[in-house]
Amino acid sequence: MDKRLERILPRVQKPARYTGGEYNQIIKDKTEISLRVAFCFPDTYEIGMSNLGVSILYATMNELPYVWCERVFAPWGDMYEEMKKAGIPLYALESGDPVSEHDVLAFSVGYEMAYSTVLDMIDMAGLPIHRKERKELTPLVVVGGTAALNPEPMSDFADIFLLGEGEEMNNELLALLNTAKENSWTKESFLREAAKIGGVYVPEFYTPVLNDDCTVNHFDIAGGAPERVTKRIIEDLDRVHFPLNPIVPSTEVVHDRVNLELFRGCIRGCRFCQAGHTYRPVRAKSPELLIEQGKALLRNTGCQDITLLSLSTSDYRELEQICDGLLEYCEPRSIGISLPSLRADNFSMEIMHRIQKTRKSGLTFAPEAGSQRLRDAINKNVTEEELLNTCRLAFEGGWNNVKLYFMLGLPTETDEDIKGIAELANQVLHTWRLYAKNKNRGVRITVSTSCFVPKPHSPFQWEAQNTMEEYIRKVNLLRETITAKNVVYNWHDPQTSYIEATLSRGDRRMGRVIEEVWRSGGRLEAWSDYFRFERWMNAFEKCGVDPGFYAHRLRDKEEVMPWDCVNVGVRREHLWHEREQCYRSELSPDCRVQCSACGAGCLTGGRCDE
Amino acid sequence: MNKLRLLFSKTGRAVYISHLDLMRTLTRAFLRAECRIKYSEGFNPHPNISIALPLSVGTESVCEILDFRLISDMEPGDVLDRLSKQLPEGIEALEVYESERKVKELKWLKVRGVFEYDTADTEKVLPRLCEFYSRDSIVISKKTKRGTGDSDIKPAIKEIAFALDGGDIRLDAVISAQEPTLNPELLAEALRQLCPEIAPDFAKFRRIEIFDENMRVFR
Repeated sequence: MDKRLERILPRVQKPARYTGGEYNQIIKDKTEISLRVAFCFPDTYEIGMSNLGVSILYATMNELPYVWCERVFAPWGDMYEEMKKAGIPLYALESGDPVSEHDVLAFSVGYEMAYSTVLDMIDMAGLPIHRKERKELTPLVVVGGTAALNPEPMSDFADIFLLGEGEEMNNELLALLNTAKENSWTKESFLREAAKIGGVYVPEFYTPVLNDDCTVNHFDIAGGAPERVTKRIIEDLDRVHFPLNPIVPSTEVVHDRVNLELFRGCIRGCRFCQAGHTYRPVRAKSPELLIEQGKALLRNTGCQDITLLSLSTSDYRELEQICDGLLEYCEPRSIGISLPSLRADNFSMEIMHRIQKTRKSGLTFAPEAGSQRLRDAINKNVTEEELLNTCRLAFEGGWNNVKLYFMLGLPTETDEDIKGIAELANQVLHTWRLYAKNKNRGVRITVSTSCFVPKPHSPFQWEAQNTMEEYIRKVNLLRETITAKNVVYNWHDPQTSYIEATLSRGDRRMGRVIEEVWRSGGRLEAWSDYFRFERWMNAFEKCGVDPGFYAHRLRDKEEVMPWDCVNVGVRREHLWHEREQCYRSELSPDCRVQCSACGAGCLTGGRCDE
Repeated sequence: MNKLRLLFSKTGRAVYISHLDLMRTLTRAFLRAECRIKYSEGFNPHPNISIALPLSVGTESVCEILDFRLISDMEPGDVLDRLSKQLPEGIEALEVYESERKVKELKWLKVRGVFEYDTADTEKVLPRLCEFYSRDSIVISKKTKRGTGDSDIKPAIKEIAFALDGGDIRLDAVISAQEPTLNPELLAEALRQLCPEIAPDFAKFRRIEIFDENMRVFR
């Protein structure tokens, strides 16, 4: 180990996150590989090691015999300061080698608040942050993940964006890079070839031309790049490589458990939800395979908890079958099964009863809106009756801790809808009074609200976000309306949501703002410890960019969006239709009731949710 | 034979795994090895394993002891074989055996330390270290749960010797492992407090062996 690190590590918090060496890490012989990948996660070890995407792509990239993919995370503030002081560059965990010795810095970016950390990690590696200043073929900076679906805000920095699911696309890109390296291609000719790979967006080849009002007029496209880049998907999840030997962290991480992914995509189509639209079409894994994989994961890691992941777990057709199959293995070994993203319906409660025999922790539901009218308008297909029935079953079953999640600032929201949140919480409390098995233990109902952030590729991509003043007024209104003492109210601060709104629908001009924020010390901004609102406001001012243009402006139907060169499958006309349905407070049927011909089926030749 | 003892080492990168994380790491290794540890009864069952002397983060050891109970009988050799394949880098299972000896019989700990000096002349420092540690009492202030308090560490040092080792100074000592417990870090801390000019710029330690009251190796 580096002598300098040896001196630093004993003084920083949780040093085990900076050392590597965990069980199941992948070590390769440097003389037997030709391409080194630094798989960078722009947040801490504890967050990154909880991320299923990281775990999957680490394994699939390492499947290539000539590639060694290692992990890199962002150090916490104390370690960051120590590394700077000692002049230690960012290094990869497996080998301890500097990131700058790698051929690729591959970033997985899942949320906008990680943008400044991406710049910081490129800089900590000792590389120029701007792609134009990195003239050699390698190191190449690649960005993938959900946030890449609007690549524009980060397009001054990344050489390549990978859109969609990475298992196949990453390896196609690495194969091409390997060839390019062997034959000493220039960066320019490599990028031209890379742009031919499905899902690859090369910002160099797309130049936005703006109107006088700063909206996008069109993109000038060069280098033979496609007019629109279509996101990649894995057609058959049963056949794609899924790691059954994930790394077992030696220190506690956020989700200290194994993850089993049931399906990708969502049949629901909630109108505020980006994931529900961008992960389509719906593709499920077979229950037999899932049971086998779940057992293997538990056996190979020794974890005592397993989570069944998806966007809406209750919609997995054979959920009972896999729960039973896994219970057979888990129950005698005291292994817990958790099912996040359950819908509030009777079926879900039956499942919960079955899997949570001993530990009855909390139940969490996300009605998202307080009134039926607004729930219909956002297409959140859950009724008050269903929710209260579910709570009744929960209270009868011995649960006494219910969390309810809502969003404030949804399109068409009125003060009545907000008061409806308090009313719904009261109804839940009333249900507890009527049906609780043991009232002596008391009840705790937690209402949490977040501020709605309109997202690209969702039916609300045209919407204006509420101003911060409006959010604060709404929070105060709800605070005054919630009077029951068993109901606890938590709310998110609107400042972060405002910045997220500027970034999520940002264009290329946002690059300068992100850079300015980073230059004035911004990093790890998904953490309230490090987020500074003033820093963003100062950056906007200095760059002459109006944040309200991105957050608070209602777009025209025909406006060219900065992310229009990205095709996620779902058609723009479908999104607009769903937006209109919202303003009529009308529900749209889920995909199983009636196919809406959203367009995502084109990615699989028409197959969806089979 | 369901009550067994594991002798293991913790070196290299693994020294940064904290005590609590080590317990979790080992619990998972046992599960992977299909050695089913007995769990405590109660509302929040936890595995029945305990480490004799918790180790500070950053300190190496080749003599760690972990007591555990299995649900059913297994041959110690079989447990060792299975467990050996399931450990992260830097943790090595050395021996699994039955032991009648109680952990409270453990009294002395042999440690080796490396004192690194960036600028000081180690040849001049060496005799002064020996002189310092031959004092009758070495009273330092320690942070405890109730604030800071003074304590004499000298009675907890049974033997101590220093020697030049390359550019560093090597320390070999036998110190009290329990009642009172002397954290070897305090051997460097005492210098920082009482004689800073010969205090090392960096010190690291390794546990070498554990003994009972009569200096017989404890197993």
